[in-house]
Amino acid sequence: MMEKGLMDKGSVEGQVTEDLMRDTLKTREMWLNMGPQHPSTHGVLRLILALEGERIVDTEIVIGYLHRGMEKLAEAKTYPQFLPYTDRLDYISSHAMNFGYVLAVEKLMGIEVPERAQYIRVMMAELTRISSHLIWLATHALDIGAMTVFLYCFREREMILDLFEMACGARLTTSYFRIGGVAHDLPDGFIEQAREFCKIFPKKAQDYDDLILKNRIWLSRTVNVAKISGEEGLNLGLTGPNIRGSGVYWDIRKDEPYSNYDKLDWEIAVEHGCDVYARYLVRLKEMRESCKIVSQCLDILEKLDGPVMAKVPKVIKPPEGEVYASVEAPKGELGFYIVSDGSPKPYRLKIRAPSFANLISVPTMVRGHMVADVIAVIGSIDVVLGEVDR
Amino acid sequence: MAQELVLVVIKMIVVFAVALLIVAYLTYFERKIIGHMQLRLGPMRVGPHGLLQPIADGLKLFVKEDIVPHDSDRWTFYFAPILNLVCALVLLAVIPFSYNFMVTRLNIGVLYVLSLASVGTIALLLAGWSSGSKYPILGGLRSAAQIFSYEIFLGFSIMGVLMISGSLDLVKIVEAQSKVWNIVYQPVAFVVYVIAALGELNRVPFDLPEAENELVAGFHTEYSGFKFAYFFLAEYANMIVVSCMAVILFLGGWKGPVLPGIVWFLIKMCAFFYFFIWVRATFPRYRYDQFMRIGWKIMLPIALANIVVTGVVMMLV
Repeated sequence: MMEKGLMDKGSVEGQVTEDLMRDTLKTREMWLNMGPQHPSTHGVLRLILALEGERIVDTEIVIGYLHRGMEKLAEAKTYPQFLPYTDRLDYISSHAMNFGYVLAVEKLMGIEVPERAQYIRVMMAELTRISSHLIWLATHALDIGAMTVFLYCFREREMILDLFEMACGARLTTSYFRIGGVAHDLPDGFIEQAREFCKIFPKKAQDYDDLILKNRIWLSRTVNVAKISGEEGLNLGLTGPNIRGSGVYWDIRKDEPYSNYDKLDWEIAVEHGCDVYARYLVRLKEMRESCKIVSQCLDILEKLDGPVMAKVPKVIKPPEGEVYASVEAPKGELGFYIVSDGSPKPYRLKIRAPSFANLISVPTMVRGHMVADVIAVIGSIDVVLGEVDR
Repeated sequence: MAQELVLVVIKMIVVFAVALLIVAYLTYFERKIIGHMQLRLGPMRVGPHGLLQPIADGLKLFVKEDIVPHDSDRWTFYFAPILNLVCALVLLAVIPFSYNFMVTRLNIGVLYVLSLASVGTIALLLAGWSSGSKYPILGGLRSAAQIFSYEIFLGFSIMGVLMISGSLDLVKIVEAQSKVWNIVYQPVAFVVYVIAALGELNRVPFDLPEAENELVAGFHTEYSGFKFAYFFLAEYANMIVVSCMAVILFLGGWKGPVLPGIVWFLIKMCAFFYFFIWVRATFPRYRYDQFMRIGWKIMLPIALANIVVTGVVMMLV
């Protein structure tokens, strides 16, 4: 009551108090630098947050700490030479990155890829999706404080990496795809081991659900946090699991089918929650769907024989022209736009990296939320800085 | 007189030496247990099964460069970790490990523990403030908020026990549980106490002042070397105190058949540690505002209702 009286503008003291407060108690938002060396910015992302207490007023994203000039480098490399560079875009899902690039070059040159190679590619891309989503789940959960999920996810990812190693010798930067097919056929025993994984994985995925799916703390940290409507998301260029978490049925594998996706039986994972939790559910479902695709591919590959490389000229010299090809990478739409002048090197190569486009929606998502939510949001949109900075 | 003094000094040395050793090995057990829960082995390299790991860690911290940030408030920066550790260790003075094994018997033991525990948390605030850096300030502010909300219902949750035993003396509280442990009479208070204890200890799911994924390391971001070790030791010493208090207040202290009292006490205490570690391996972390809401809107009313119910039942019986 007394405070109210003092603050009353009519009274003399009230006026004095207000003047005093204006002069001495000037408040200003606090600027907090988060990253590029922060445990939860997933690499070298840097955020500058304007805070009022712990509430976020404004966010600025600073990127470029991992810039390697990929697109410019491409102009100095021949087409096959650039392939290993694509591994280093989203370095935890290199098959998917290879996939986008080889598709673009093949489209430019009009190469028909043999059926067996197509299925191998789809299978590898889906295994990659699972492993990428596993890393996402691991780190996202760790950011929110659930540390055990992290190690569970890495256990299953290890199985996938072993499969990659079997197929091409590398675990992370695989470079397994080639323009016109894949480097070599699958080794003996690969199909059995992959089947084993497909059998085990759904049970293990249940483990993650047991730990956090219905956990009250997890729910209170993710439900209704960082909402973004489908329309707003589309306007900001959001793709992949992020836009599907906002109830938009958009998956390039279904909408503009490439390779053999239209011949396989699977569903798009869509949730309508628009929040961090919805994006989490989408990715969980996607992992299970990917597992389904992988086992279908395995069934087909067991029976289907044939070459894994198309007839491709020794020196790859696409005709003059330009092309855009995109794939549904684990993080969203990955597109390669290539301009060819008829020489063995691309005249210009532009990469539409999903993480880069997705990152732009972060300031919209976090406005008005707390510092702790920034971490949840960065986790939920799943960025890889190798892809953002290129 | 002289003999008594010697006895007290010996007891003090034993309790503190053992406490520090336990604290060091608590970190080892935490890493081992969490490791096994998470499909890995934990420390394995230093000594058999990594048994010498805590000693190696201590030595490492001891020889590390001691960095004092340029913008820090120098003396406060030095003072905070000392205050924190001292507050944690002096609490052990009043803990009765068995009927006659304790450093000193205080007739206001509960009050002593509660009040010194609060002072210890102020150290976190000082640490955050004196670092002269933004992440520690946020961590310090969070811990200040945590003191206010969690101390209150920690105190209230104990109230029911005090009403039943009619004393603030820890020994009398245990003696009052000769037949039935307080947890039977006060199950709600026990749950509230455990949750408040997690908050008090800054443990998952309430480890907000030092939430490593948000605030890097919270209030001790700028601390290195042995000053950091002080915070670390204090945290684990506090874990011991909180576990001891739970055992004394709710689980019948040293009471138990066959085995000697002190063994029973340690068994119960270890069970409590294990619970803390288990929780850490299982739960995500609450957000700061949610944590405050739980404290004020859920826990405090429950604790108050518990006092009222206890009072009414005591009047009727």
